[in-house]
Amino acid sequence: MASPSTRGAAIDLKSVSKQYGSFIALDKVSLRIEPGEFMTLLGPSGSGKTTTLNVIAGFTEVSSGSLDVGGKSVIGVPAHKRNIGVVFQHYALFPHMRVSRNVAYPLTLRGIANPDREARVRKALDMVKMADFGHRFPSELSGGQQQRVALARAIVFDPPLLLMDEPLGALDKKLREWLQLEIKRIHRELGTTFVYVTHDQEEALVLSDRIAVFNQGRIEQIGTGRQLYDEPETLFVGKFVGDSTILRGAASTSGNETAIEIEGRKVAAAKRLPDGAKPVMLLRPEKLSLARRGKGGQDRNTLPGRIGEAIYLGSGSKYEVVLADTSKAIVRSTLDAETFAIGDEVDLIFAGSDVKLLADDEKADFTLT
Amino acid sequence: MKQPGRILLGLFCLLVAVWLVAPTIVVVPMSFNDKKSLAFPPSGFSWQWYQNFFTNPEWSASLVGSLKVAVVTAVFATVIGTLAAFGLDRMKSRVSGVLRALLITPMVVPGVVLAVGIYAVYLDTRLVGTMTGFVLAHTMLAVPFVIIAVSASLEVFDKRLETAAASLGATRLTAFRTVTLPLIAPGILSGLLFAFVTSFDEIIVALFITSPYLKTLPVQIFSSITRDADPTVAAVGTLLFIVTSLVIGAGLLIGSRQGKR
Repeated sequence: MASPSTRGAAIDLKSVSKQYGSFIALDKVSLRIEPGEFMTLLGPSGSGKTTTLNVIAGFTEVSSGSLDVGGKSVIGVPAHKRNIGVVFQHYALFPHMRVSRNVAYPLTLRGIANPDREARVRKALDMVKMADFGHRFPSELSGGQQQRVALARAIVFDPPLLLMDEPLGALDKKLREWLQLEIKRIHRELGTTFVYVTHDQEEALVLSDRIAVFNQGRIEQIGTGRQLYDEPETLFVGKFVGDSTILRGAASTSGNETAIEIEGRKVAAAKRLPDGAKPVMLLRPEKLSLARRGKGGQDRNTLPGRIGEAIYLGSGSKYEVVLADTSKAIVRSTLDAETFAIGDEVDLIFAGSDVKLLADDEKADFTLT
Repeated sequence: MKQPGRILLGLFCLLVAVWLVAPTIVVVPMSFNDKKSLAFPPSGFSWQWYQNFFTNPEWSASLVGSLKVAVVTAVFATVIGTLAAFGLDRMKSRVSGVLRALLITPMVVPGVVLAVGIYAVYLDTRLVGTMTGFVLAHTMLAVPFVIIAVSASLEVFDKRLETAAASLGATRLTAFRTVTLPLIAPGILSGLLFAFVTSFDEIIVALFITSPYLKTLPVQIFSSITRDADPTVAAVGTLLFIVTSLVIGAGLLIGSRQGKR
């Protein structure tokens, strides 16, 4: 077995488009994934992330653009010749075969005979901690167990690239969190390139080296979790990754500064947007603090509001503050901070330097299903 | 309160069961009659009609003829019907709806109409009374049953398994052979049985296209009973009843074992 660094394949999508009739599923998507990288395609349903995965797997042909896997173009290469492991949300285990035969399936197709085949099946099942279940039928396993078998089947033939399409989508939260760590471990041990599709931004943050955020058939931003959270380039990314508060109002620019006027108060940010863009401001929950009305500092930006929802999280509290213009702000506070009740009149306090200035975009709205 | 209701319901079920099965059961005692009549109840006991069935060349020839036609028909109908069902399953739904209706027509067209048509065509093509003629006609009649049975199992078959097989390195043909086929096998098997039975007890078309050289069992039964009320008919009926009960019972057993998995 080769060393981890040489085992993963690089993927290069250049200006890939996919159309179904008049519907554009992918609109000139370009994405380079490094060998051995854990790349997550994140986005709401219908954003193009699964289509991208299907294009890489060979289940969907592109309408235009180029796609290289491991330095070679795979346009026109059928799925069964691409040697790419795929894990599906619905497990897709063969119900008429025992676990060991399921895992042996890709090896049998490659003409690998016993005892080599048996050894590799055992090794793959060991890796997903399912070694004792080889004689079972898939229907005798729980969802989490089935998905682990599916993972073993997808890695047993040592593919240089593993694709996972919402593999944990059908599992409950605790199991999901545990399997996320398992997937991370397996990625580390194999050194294979992983491409992971999910609509769950927390899952994306836990797993990925880098995340590509999809919306309406395009990539909005590619970056590490920290980059996406701290420096969102578009309003959609700001809203989709992490909680956020969006401030809208009459905008004015002077020199290198942009200001938004909300209910008679000006909020300023030291940045300018390109001409023609309508500015909005984005704030992360931990950059916001609350004080009872009139009790806050005078030197910082404050906005009046009323507590609309108070949620106790164990490690702290989360508040939804209804602002004067009925928009909602999300504030997270620590355990030792002052607590508020629904209906309390408060001031929302934040530093001007924590404000992210972004261009408004009506396509930034999304629905999760 | 609940008990009398349940007893009444049980009695009613029994009544329906008797009504459904009684006419079939009646042939059993009749087959042991010691006189050459189809009287019920029989006047004495004898095995002679069973003996006659197996020794009289007219009867055994028709049984062999029927089996030959039914086996060949079942094989053809199963292959054609399975491929058709698979094609219909993978087509655009609007086209497949029309095609499906078309392929099912032999089942809904009155048998006599079909038989007249077939007879007319066969007269010109010299197919009357031939093996080829019987197999062609019966395959046409049996294909719809296979299509329905196989379509039903394709309906519940998860096509995504074929995608998974492809990702693991299987060509379409390999995926079909190793994944699709084993999973829809119960449907194909029941289609095969239906096709066999359809041919084996088909009488209308058979009456039209029969000849002294090739006669099927139903034709023989029909001509024998209209000619001389031969109790051999009852013996054949009893044998068929036992064999079909066994086959269907075995089928149900296999089905229920598969269902448990």
